[in-house]
Amino acid sequence: MKKFLCRFRKSCANGLGSYCSGSTGRTLVVILIFCGFYSSAANNAVSQQDHWAFRPPVRPSVPAVKDRLWSRHPLDPFILARLEEKGRQPAREADRLTLLRRLTLDLTGLPPSLQAITTWTQDRSPNAYQKLLDRLLASPHYGERWALWWLDAVRYADSNGYESDRARSIWAYRDWVIDSLNSDMPFDQFTVEQVAGDMLPHASIGQRIATGFHRHTYINEEGGHDWEQFRWESIVDRVNTTATIFLGLTFACAQCHDHKYDPISQREYWQFFALLNNVDEPFLDVPTPEILHQRGELQAAIARLEASREKIFPLQNGPSEQNEKDLRSQQIERKFAAWHQRESATANRWSTLEPVRFVSQMNATLSALEDHSILATGDRPEIDEYRVVYKTGNKKITGFLMEALPHPALPRGGPGRGSFMGDGGFALSELVVDLATQKNAGGGAAVRRVGLKHPVATHQHKSRTVELAIDGNRLTHWQVNDRIGQAHWAVFTSKQPLLLQDEDQLQVIYLMNFIHQQSLGRFRLSVTDDDKPLALPVHPREILDLLMTAPADWSTGERQRLRRYFLSVTAELAECNQNIRELHAQMPPLPTTMVVAERKQARPTHFHHRGEFSQPSELVKGQVPFLLHPLPKGEPPNRLALARWLVSPQNPLVGRVIMNQSWLQFFGRGIVTTTEDFGSQGDLPTHPLLLDWLATEFIRNAWSLKTMHRSLVSSAVYRQSSVFGSKDTPWDPKNQWLARGPRVRVDAETVRDIALQASGLLNSQIGGPSFFPPRADLNKGDVAFAGLQWKVDQDGNRYRRGLYIFRKRSAPHPALATFDAPPRNICQVKRRRSNTPLQALVLLNDECTTEAARTLAGRVLREGPPDDDGRIRYAFRHCLTRTPDEAEIADLLLFLREQAGRLQTDNLDALAIAGGENAPQGDTLHQLAAWTTVARVLLNLDETITKQ
Amino acid sequence: MTSPLCPLTTRRFFFEQCGVGLGKVALTSLLGADLCQRAAAEEQTDPMAPRMPHFRPKAKQVIFLFMAGGPSHLDLFDYKPTLRKHDGQPVPPEVLAGKDLPFIERDAALMSSPLKFARHGDSGAELSELLPHLAGIADDLTIVRSLHTSAFNHAPAQIFMQTGHLQLGKPSLGAWVTYGLGSENQDLPAFVVMNSAGGISGGAACYGSGFLPSDYQGVSLHSQGNPILYTQNPPGYDVKLQRRSIDLVNRFNRRQLERVNDPQIASRINAYELAFRLQVSAPDLVNLDQESPSTFEMYGIDSEKPSFARNCLLARRLVERGVRFICLFHKGWDHHADVVGGLRGICPAVDRPSAALVRDLKQRGLLDETLVVWGGEFGRTPMVENNPALNRKLGRDHHPDAFSMWMAGGGIQPGQTIGQTDEMGYYTVEDPVHVHDLHATMLHLLGMDHERLTFKYQGLDSRLTNVSGNVVEKLLI
Repeated sequence: MKKFLCRFRKSCANGLGSYCSGSTGRTLVVILIFCGFYSSAANNAVSQQDHWAFRPPVRPSVPAVKDRLWSRHPLDPFILARLEEKGRQPAREADRLTLLRRLTLDLTGLPPSLQAITTWTQDRSPNAYQKLLDRLLASPHYGERWALWWLDAVRYADSNGYESDRARSIWAYRDWVIDSLNSDMPFDQFTVEQVAGDMLPHASIGQRIATGFHRHTYINEEGGHDWEQFRWESIVDRVNTTATIFLGLTFACAQCHDHKYDPISQREYWQFFALLNNVDEPFLDVPTPEILHQRGELQAAIARLEASREKIFPLQNGPSEQNEKDLRSQQIERKFAAWHQRESATANRWSTLEPVRFVSQMNATLSALEDHSILATGDRPEIDEYRVVYKTGNKKITGFLMEALPHPALPRGGPGRGSFMGDGGFALSELVVDLATQKNAGGGAAVRRVGLKHPVATHQHKSRTVELAIDGNRLTHWQVNDRIGQAHWAVFTSKQPLLLQDEDQLQVIYLMNFIHQQSLGRFRLSVTDDDKPLALPVHPREILDLLMTAPADWSTGERQRLRRYFLSVTAELAECNQNIRELHAQMPPLPTTMVVAERKQARPTHFHHRGEFSQPSELVKGQVPFLLHPLPKGEPPNRLALARWLVSPQNPLVGRVIMNQSWLQFFGRGIVTTTEDFGSQGDLPTHPLLLDWLATEFIRNAWSLKTMHRSLVSSAVYRQSSVFGSKDTPWDPKNQWLARGPRVRVDAETVRDIALQASGLLNSQIGGPSFFPPRADLNKGDVAFAGLQWKVDQDGNRYRRGLYIFRKRSAPHPALATFDAPPRNICQVKRRRSNTPLQALVLLNDECTTEAARTLAGRVLREGPPDDDGRIRYAFRHCLTRTPDEAEIADLLLFLREQAGRLQTDNLDALAIAGGENAPQGDTLHQLAAWTTVARVLLNLDETITKQ
Repeated sequence: MTSPLCPLTTRRFFFEQCGVGLGKVALTSLLGADLCQRAAAEEQTDPMAPRMPHFRPKAKQVIFLFMAGGPSHLDLFDYKPTLRKHDGQPVPPEVLAGKDLPFIERDAALMSSPLKFARHGDSGAELSELLPHLAGIADDLTIVRSLHTSAFNHAPAQIFMQTGHLQLGKPSLGAWVTYGLGSENQDLPAFVVMNSAGGISGGAACYGSGFLPSDYQGVSLHSQGNPILYTQNPPGYDVKLQRRSIDLVNRFNRRQLERVNDPQIASRINAYELAFRLQVSAPDLVNLDQESPSTFEMYGIDSEKPSFARNCLLARRLVERGVRFICLFHKGWDHHADVVGGLRGICPAVDRPSAALVRDLKQRGLLDETLVVWGGEFGRTPMVENNPALNRKLGRDHHPDAFSMWMAGGGIQPGQTIGQTDEMGYYTVEDPVHVHDLHATMLHLLGMDHERLTFKYQGLDSRLTNVSGNVVEKLLI
């Protein structure tokens, strides 16, 4: 009866679908209540506030069990009680080597080394298991293994996703996750730093790197897209991701309409959106010690060369009586004075205009700096128009000097904000200058257009030249997309000299309308009243200003600065200065990482009708759903408050949701199987009391994941044998009641790591930029829109762990994808686990297996015992941890001899199998080839790639 | 295992109750019968087992010729004599109200197609001079001139066309179809994709499995080197060694199955057998030696080089082998500049093999049960795109509001032209067909109700067609 009802309910619920409700649903509820079946499920439908997951977990008392001997840990009785209810018994404990392998895979993602096997085998002390746990939890590989779980959830990838799918640099975030897990950062802190680390007082670099959590969204770089639309879509993705990871709620449903099943209104969706909507998306320099060191060395070398200039300045007259140093100094002074006179005679005098009002039409954040330049940060629209009003004060204007200046906040230092077709470059479509003259009392301002002519620029794109900025055509541009990180400038002569009154203002429009984001990053406008023809300044503005000042008016510092500048440009020191320039060119940039930063000026958030970008309606304020606890009191309702709210002890969901995710990783199945949905449409927990016990225990243990993981693996339930029950009728094939231990094929990355570890190829370097291993679809020409751009690492990098493989979203590594590694385009808190012929093909034929098999064969012959039986045992233990039985040895020996025979008769190509230029000659080669074929078989065994 | 058509039962019922498929049958030869039975009983359904549709299907297989970039409907399928009258005049402002046009000025001129159009076949299908071969099979085609979509940029629009959603993480058409119907051929992947002009904007998301089990993700058939990844033995391994290796692996795995009783091991044993067969069948699939010179001639294959024509022939061979869903991506239709010159460049490489594919399927009696769909992610503007900075002249911009596709075979009523756009070809005015409607129709032809082909994900019975989609009855036989 129960079984029937279960199926009945399931099929009815399916029949309801997601888009209809009403009478069928109500009838169903009545029937279910009538039947008295699964009363909690029925309650969900009747009153959603009573849904189990929305009630705070209460620490349950440990249930009474009949078998008092089995339990090893307080969590065991929760499992045992359910089994006893069903008249079942737990399985016996798995044998010691199985446990060693299971634990090592679960806590480090690697199989045990031979040394670990030996240590474990020899350690018969009563606390051997605890010692093993201590060692594994302290291993730096713990953070790598558990980062994999988290990186799936946050959809970490190394590329932007759409179309050309360019590489991005955000591995510092991945390393932050590994470090935080290794140091067992409390999960509440782990959460707050990722969601709002930038808003913490005196936020550290690490706390800002952590906010990369939000940055794993797709970025559209296709020409002609609406930047704001895709920014908006990325916030939608962040809302959905945050709700899935920490709350296990299907918030996404409420984007377009009130949630059909859970008490979340559409308005609440947009209020939650508002909490995440107020961010800018800058890049942060990561001060890695190696790069800092390299930069320091180069800077010191530059400083040495600069200091040497005074000493090597060539003397014009031969040796003299006079002190050489004095003589040289005098000569420099003479040359300096001459240079100054010459340069100041030809230059124009420029005076900087002070901006009084400035605004970006597309919501970029403009701010005026002390030197009267304007810096653009924040939103990065493709098309924009800066409107700037300048105070003049000048009586006469004959021309304009527009400078585009570098700044550390800009991509590659600027001067532009270009993000595609020239990072850090800019393209100015039109420069429009209007003069607003104040009329006499009562009259408004009269505005007239200022005609410009004779444009000249320090640098320009070969066809997008500076003339195009004043040609009246908004489709043409002055572009600078190389020589990035330097100042560039242009001079425009006024067609007629302007004569101004004191109150007159210049209204200047900087129009940027390029196919890609190429707006100005930092810029400054100056004017001159010079009547002589205007020349393009050859020196930077600061130097120019000094040049145009009488030497008597220089401060000592100014004099020094100008003199240093003179030394850097004078012909006498050309060689030395060239060396200095070369050193500058070698200066390695600091790696960057993508972060978020809270905006000072709040961005308005709208309710969106039907959840559509194009249908904004009334404004909404940041708030959390009424269903859950309120935001922390006394704090402004912002992202930081949200972060603290997520990990508030009042939150009924987060503890359950995160513990369930951990449980899934260890047991291959969650206590709630719908890991991503704890709402009323999700599955009910198989062990609700256990889940609540874990959730409360998590908080009681100060949110320590390591403590909780230690609990889970210390339990008797975890230590059970994973052999599938008795030989008679199958019971509980999905193992939801846990009458046996977990048995699952390992994750895609671990499939690879096992082969590398077993063979000894593994490069266990932790962290750093992602790497490029061989991939089978390389050089196939048809894989990615802009080509794969996959330069295979030829050094030890290629043997790094699967975790660090470059994640290219439009073309995922085929071996990883085949073993169910998600493409990381959306949040995923549960991996699917397929079992396909393509997986067999990858394991049989992929280059990774081939290399590992050869290396393992070499290892066997080099390090293993001299006899074949011993060698088989040796190789076997590397792959499977356990020792083979006699039948297994016999099978492998037979296979070995068969292949050895075929190799001997040249039936098989030993060199091709053993591979490589370093392959040995003669018998050794044949032996290596034969053992390679054996190693390849071992790497292909189901048991090798299974945690059991 | 075959089941009678059972229109009253839900698909889910079939999925749960009737899904023991060929894979299981194959297993019996490898395992002891009782062990195998137990394994079959315990294991979840073989994901690739053939499954019954909701109702009697017209089509069993699909070939989607996806023209990435957005072919100009105005220069290929949708003749607009009125546009010629207004050539060079600005587009009426009311047409553009509320529109966002990144590359085109609001006062851009209308540009008619300078190409000649003519009527063909008994059906009188109107086609551009650039499609002479399609003109030759006009009576086998049905042209839909009233498609419209919901995305403007390439990647999102391609993902929308292939997954029915603007959001990421959704299963593609081919994944849905193989999830719904399984595969008739256990020796080859059920869902195959090919590229003939480089990767496309939407990337792997266009043939991914999204939230469906990853068994259903599209498998790339590469045109250079080994066609199916990993089907080539490592250097030095001959067939015998591969066979012996697999035998030994499976001997160990069978032993492990006896020890552990985990049905997943039975699946893996089976997977290794299938893998071996896949390795054997893959070279045969791409070995075109048996194809006649006239076939090469018909498709326009004149060299060993990878091409759309070659992929069309491979598509036919895949259909012959029972592969369920084949998607051919061919990019190069994004004609922001010189639309006519661009089309003159690309059409010959596509027109002839596309027509040949339909002809070839027909002459082999395969067209009736194979649905062929041809089209891109959107159309192109009736306004000219001129952009001096980008060196663009006489081009057309992206246009989601109206575009054309054609379909053939698989239960499509041939020889029709369906739908109308306005005089400029800007909006659809008769029988509009949204992408969701196209998807609903494709599933319908395959015997599936798009509202019942669902997968529970995040608490929803998710669908290819989201919450909309109507079968276009006019298209059906």
